[in-house]
Amino acid sequence: MIDLKGVKTLSKQEHKTDRKKEAGKKEEEGGANPKTAEKGKKIKEDLDKLMEKIDDVLEENAEEFVKNYVQKGGE
Amino acid sequence: MRPRIFGLENEYGLIFSPNGKVYLPVEKVLGYIFEGLIPNSWPSNAFLTNGARFYQDTGCHPEYSTPECDNILDLVMHDKAGERLVEGCLPLAEERLREEGLNGEIYIFKNNTDSMGNTYGCHENYLMKRDVDFWKVTEQLIPFFVTRQIYAGAGKLLRLSGKTHFFISQRAQHMHEKTSSSTTSSRSIINTRDEPHADAEKYRRLHIIVGDSNMSEFATLMKVGVTAVVLSMIEEGYAVPNIELEDPVKTIREISRDTTLKRRVKLEDGRELTAIEIQRIYLERACDYLATVEVDSITHDIVKKWEDTLNQLEEDPIQLSRQIDWVMKKELMMAYMEKKDCGWDDPRILLMDLQYHDVNRSRGLYYLLEKMDMVEKVVDEEDVLSAMSEPPQTTRAKIRGDFIRFAREKNRSYTVDWTYLKLNGYWEETILCMDPFSASDRRVEELIAASAGHRFNR
Repeated sequence: MIDLKGVKTLSKQEHKTDRKKEAGKKEEEGGANPKTAEKGKKIKEDLDKLMEKIDDVLEENAEEFVKNYVQKGGE
Repeated sequence: MRPRIFGLENEYGLIFSPNGKVYLPVEKVLGYIFEGLIPNSWPSNAFLTNGARFYQDTGCHPEYSTPECDNILDLVMHDKAGERLVEGCLPLAEERLREEGLNGEIYIFKNNTDSMGNTYGCHENYLMKRDVDFWKVTEQLIPFFVTRQIYAGAGKLLRLSGKTHFFISQRAQHMHEKTSSSTTSSRSIINTRDEPHADAEKYRRLHIIVGDSNMSEFATLMKVGVTAVVLSMIEEGYAVPNIELEDPVKTIREISRDTTLKRRVKLEDGRELTAIEIQRIYLERACDYLATVEVDSITHDIVKKWEDTLNQLEEDPIQLSRQIDWVMKKELMMAYMEKKDCGWDDPRILLMDLQYHDVNRSRGLYYLLEKMDMVEKVVDEEDVLSAMSEPPQTTRAKIRGDFIRFAREKNRSYTVDWTYLKLNGYWEETILCMDPFSASDRRVEELIAASAGHRFNR
């Protein structure tokens, strides 16, 4: 039988979340984890570098292409 | 946890974009694609040497069914192998069109909706025990499938009262019933099609048509992996009490509409919970169940990922922009809109909604992210490439694959389906293979051995 520790810790964490909720919704929404914010910033920077590459691969006549993309319904 | 057989069917969207203005009937394009995959003008329904099936589906879509897998990593690999096989047909098909004087490019999208509101599916199949009450199981599963989109959804732009919005799921808006037998008219969260392709006294099929096609390997892993865990738990009697939703069809749309994941939905018992909270109830129950059985390392990993994913979704979904399709696509679009100072209505954004799903790796936006190392891979590309011709080694697909390879090498015509194999010729016996868990068959081995020993007599 393998170690289910990771799985079992869930109930503890669950209680923590419950308590947090009881303490008030504000904390949950307002108190953003700085590590998360950092991660989000990094993702946005990486995405920013991609923007010119997107123009290179997008079909030129976007409007017409989208309009013409009609399929028969499948299953 | 007992082993289970599962498989995925993907219907692909198809369009030819000419440099002139001649739009070609899709039927013709599809014909050329088949030529690339199935030579010798065989009928447009064929099993391949990797045990998979490739065919033309309702509404002129190329459709790829993975071989039966008993391991989720094999399934992710074979789902991607299907994409590579379809992609591989493009150059030849475009060449054939050029010969006819038609210059342009063929686009194949692994998505589920077109610009007119038509839909085509990604169907999941799970072999399940016959001796459990199917209706009870479906009641238990519906809230799970309604909320699963928060990590399995592929994202979709839709116009709603004149304004374009980003939705979590491609398929959610096309669901009209809780359960039904139809896959094309009144589509349902759980489909009742019961073709187990195995001993029907022991097994039935669970046919799920509510899910989106995924580009992300992580999302495919979670979509099928978590579902298999939840199904086992319910089969083994670990029911989730009082989880029924007041109106599942309405709820699936509401959840799809809310990318903040904060919206509360109504349960029959009057409670109001978020999709994340409902998924957590299933997760906790799954942990109760898994504590009583032997758990393999892959299942353990999936449950851990499930827990982490729900926590990250609650904190801020952007953390999953390497893993989850709808998050990846939404962040990509938002970055583009900011850069170009445009809105959701811009045709380029609407085009991105399609081209994210392009299977052509030099053009598809998902693959652009992959090239920049911005997506989490689950399987090695090398394994995906070998899955294009090699069947999974632990299921019936192995027998089928070996048989097809043998017949092709010997240049014999053959008839194959999920449960039988036959070399054509009236003296040949039909080899029935009713056990999808069995990866070897004495008769097929004898056939191959006999032919290796001496020249085949025709």
